[in-house]
Amino acid sequence: MSAPPARKLQLGRVGETVQRVDAIPKVTGEFAFSSDLFAAGMLWGHTVRSPHAHARIVSIDISQAVPMPGVQAVLTHEDVPGAKHYGLEFPDQPVLAIDRVRYFGEPVALVAAEHPEQARRAASRIAVEYEPLEPIVDAERALAQEELHPNRPTSGHGYREDPRPNVVRTMVVRHGDPDAEGDVSVSGVYELGIQDQAFLGPESGLAIPDGEGGIDIYVATQWLHVDRDQVAPCLDLEPERVRIHLAGVGGAFGGREDLSMQIHGAMLALRTNRPVKIVYNRQESFVGHIHRHPARIWAEHRADRDGKLKCVRMRILLDGGAYASSSTAVTSNAASFACGPYAVENALLESTCVYTNNPPCGAMRGFGAVQTCFAGEAQMDKLAAALGVDPVELRLRNALAPGDTLPTGQKLTGSLPVAEVIRRCAAIPVPEPDGLPRDAIRLPGGSGNVTRGEGVRRGVGFAVGFKNIGYSEGFDDYTAARVRLFTDRSGGLVAEVHCAAAEVGQGVSNVLVQVARTELDIVDDVLLAPHTTATVDSAGSASASRMTWMSSGAVRLACAAVREELDRRGGSLDPGEEIDIERIYRHPRTTPLDPETGQVTGERAHVAFACAAMRVVAEVDTELGLVRVAWIGTAQDVGKALNPQAVHGQIEGGTAQGVGLALMEEIQTEDGLITNASFTDYLIPTALDMPRVVAELVEDAEPDAPYGVKGVGEPPTVVSTAAVVAALRAATGRELARVPVRPEHLAGL
Amino acid sequence: MEVVSPRTLEEALRLRAAEPGLMPIEGGTDVMVDLNFDRRRPVGLLNLNEVPELRGWSRDDGLLRIGASLTYAQVRQRPLADTLPALAEAARTVGSPQIQNRGTLGGNLGTASPAGDSLPPLLIERADVELASVRGVRTLALERFLLGPKRNALAADELIAGIRVRPSGARQTFMKVGPRNAMVIAVVSLALAVDREREELRAAYGSAGPVPGLVTASTGERETFPELVAAAAEPIDDLRGTAAYRRHALRVLVGRALERCWA
Ligand SMILES: Cc1cc2nc3c(=O)[nH]c(=O)nc-3n(C[C@H](O)[C@H](O)[C@H](O)COP(=O)(O)OP(=O)(O)OC[C@H]3O[C@@H](n4cnc5c(N)ncnc54)[C@H](O)[C@@H]3O)c2cc1C
Repeated sequence: MSAPPARKLQLGRVGETVQRVDAIPKVTGEFAFSSDLFAAGMLWGHTVRSPHAHARIVSIDISQAVPMPGVQAVLTHEDVPGAKHYGLEFPDQPVLAIDRVRYFGEPVALVAAEHPEQARRAASRIAVEYEPLEPIVDAERALAQEELHPNRPTSGHGYREDPRPNVVRTMVVRHGDPDAEGDVSVSGVYELGIQDQAFLGPESGLAIPDGEGGIDIYVATQWLHVDRDQVAPCLDLEPERVRIHLAGVGGAFGGREDLSMQIHGAMLALRTNRPVKIVYNRQESFVGHIHRHPARIWAEHRADRDGKLKCVRMRILLDGGAYASSSTAVTSNAASFACGPYAVENALLESTCVYTNNPPCGAMRGFGAVQTCFAGEAQMDKLAAALGVDPVELRLRNALAPGDTLPTGQKLTGSLPVAEVIRRCAAIPVPEPDGLPRDAIRLPGGSGNVTRGEGVRRGVGFAVGFKNIGYSEGFDDYTAARVRLFTDRSGGLVAEVHCAAAEVGQGVSNVLVQVARTELDIVDDVLLAPHTTATVDSAGSASASRMTWMSSGAVRLACAAVREELDRRGGSLDPGEEIDIERIYRHPRTTPLDPETGQVTGERAHVAFACAAMRVVAEVDTELGLVRVAWIGTAQDVGKALNPQAVHGQIEGGTAQGVGLALMEEIQTEDGLITNASFTDYLIPTALDMPRVVAELVEDAEPDAPYGVKGVGEPPTVVSTAAVVAALRAATGRELARVPVRPEHLAGL
Repeated sequence: MEVVSPRTLEEALRLRAAEPGLMPIEGGTDVMVDLNFDRRRPVGLLNLNEVPELRGWSRDDGLLRIGASLTYAQVRQRPLADTLPALAEAARTVGSPQIQNRGTLGGNLGTASPAGDSLPPLLIERADVELASVRGVRTLALERFLLGPKRNALAADELIAGIRVRPSGARQTFMKVGPRNAMVIAVVSLALAVDREREELRAAYGSAGPVPGLVTASTGERETFPELVAAAAEPIDDLRGTAAYRRHALRVLVGRALERCWA
């Protein structure tokens, strides 16, 4: 046995720009998204949904649907084999509505048929008799209206007791003396509409019975194992008999944390013993997933004459919609990050999320920090104006730094270079205004050709934001990775990486491979095994900006163990010999926040933090209220850029999503019914609405993280809405306390 | 679903008369959306893409005849774009390049949406619609062709053959307001011409009433024209905008358009 020649992989290690593994197939259209799945003999599933936001179900009659052509199964709540309820964190949501529907679009019945059209036609023959009830649609009034969930699913989980009806969670953070006064005080009331993730790939998947009572589900999701753990009890199966495999994900942004078609597809497949595919259409997708919480925020900031923040008081009311989803964590995050990345001695932060009959809300990129950043940064600008201090300077004076204490009492022990991101962003040269005349396409209103420069004013805005990386408040979060080392036919060493980390477009597939190449510099090739629950333990969720950190930590551990074993065996493998090791990575432990004071009960409630600063130049047609975002410069705290090109991609995409919330993205409702469930009326930015982004990566290693990495997906979204609206305020002089800002508000109507 | 593809206008008209349940389709950018949303369930489609008489445009002694199949991409090309500049500007605002390559003027007339972007520019040029059937050809002023939101004067056996218009040569422009800088349905739109020869101001608004409406005045009424147009419109509140904003925007647009076209 001789040592293999050192044919080391030279490229594609941690820190180098690597082309995405899915780049070419996505560009050429060959990439298989979950909606492209196919299995021989498959049926098509269709979901019957509630046309009411709130109603009692009097009866469900399927007798007219069953004999329809092509129909193989018609199922209702009575056919749910196991637990009738599920939920991401609290099982408060019926698999299929039982006696009541609580939101517009809630699933009531299922049909499987040979052809999707047959399924749809049969579905229209299911007669559901509803007795409409008054919908609860106002978050403030909900606190005094009839309880939507009288059993209070979220109470008794260590949260603060709040006896008011319909409370999902209330979080109060008391820090120092909440009554502390300052020399100046500014206040405001802010509001955010419901934003949708608006991923282009609708909810879809394929459920295939394994012939032995178990099921394989191929689906676009964010966390394979938590899907499995919700699906299995409802099917009355042991978790091992439910295998979830990641199918091509067409965007996620939090919207695929909750289940969509998983249980439904599996129920139909197990009943018919045939593969069943379900693909939501665009309208259905708008009711098929949770959204970003709309919020109303009352804020008061007190500061001394030098601009040092003395006390921040904020009350945050979030509308969680009909079911809990991840609302309790969003509630807590909103409070945790209410003060922004600033050192504040005294604070009173109260955050409440309520149940209503509005569209359910849950995780979306930024997760509670977007809402408070919008309010908090508007407050910082008001304060700067009241004090006559430059807004950037005011932020620098208050910037959090390692060693400081957060309002939750958590001491910053890791990296958080707030002052540096502010300075680096402020130092990016702002381009001169584009001259006139110019093509209308590069003026507010764009292709609408409304101005040649008339009414146009330029405004520059600045904002800073931060949020947590990873799951918080004592959640036992881990990621498993398995590495198999073997020799290929030519005697080369090959490492095969197994990790259930969901590739949702963020580029984690590359990260997994890059880490293995870096840690196993003896191998000739690194292969990535399919993301599945079948061969490896949980990777946790592709959310909370955690996946790159967690999965690179896990792959690194597994690689180190493999390396050690290889060394023990003399540094090489014989043909047919292999090493196969799975390792679990955990981040530093967190503990819950005290329900009374909102203070940490241990060293930390959040694992780590990341921040970003952003400057936006916008041109506003002040008469018509139309906007052209002309330029964006940002500096972001990324810890360490594992794949710099992918980091820039995340910054641009995350920024665009914040631009959308600032200017146009809102789910509109009338008595709880969504009125704009299509891309005709739910507008997202086009290339003409989104400028180039000049991004500076601030690499300040996170001491507890592998390679010093931090997540990068959320900070741009947290900060960009605030920064865009700041620019609009500068251009118009208007308060603009609500997003998305509407043309009539910019025009002062 | 059945799709029939006539090769001549005559054949198309015969099919149309024989089977009024067939839905005409040009670019399909409205038809396919309707089918997809299950808003309409025609027995079949009458595909007009193979009918040569509906294509292209011609000029005869100052009278322009534009085939119903003319796409927005074609409208944007010279020399037609120089002849009907507001229509060309409108074409540039329609959807995206993909939609401009498929969508047609005939289809825009067929849909007769209050937001149809080709309609205001055709109104200010006092265009006529050419309607053909086995019974013969008639022309109807566009104003009389548009009856209400998504309602037009097309008879069950008729097809839109084209548009007839005598270009005024007046300075003109088109503007469209939407909360996004491309790919947006007009919240309100305006076409305006300053016709020195006839000493006439002509404005037509879109998305500010049940049908796009034409408002005229003499060039001497420049000062009051913005108010006149805003007052003539009948906007409503809907999820895309408020009536008050639409009226306000119309006033602003008319002022700017007059400025643009006055010189
Ligand atoms: C993404 C997108 C963006 C869009 N953006 C815009 C926009 O910015 N502005 C705008 O105005 N529109 C817009 N539209 C709508 C559409 O593109 C236009 O109305 C277009 O002009 C329709 O033309 P078409 O050839 O595709 O019509 P089709 O869809 O083929 O037909 C439309 C209607 O006209 C009828 N019809 C077509 N031809 C004839 C004929 N010769 N005789 C009788 N009836 C006929 C059809 O039966 C149908 O009712 C958009 C559509 C989409 C999908």
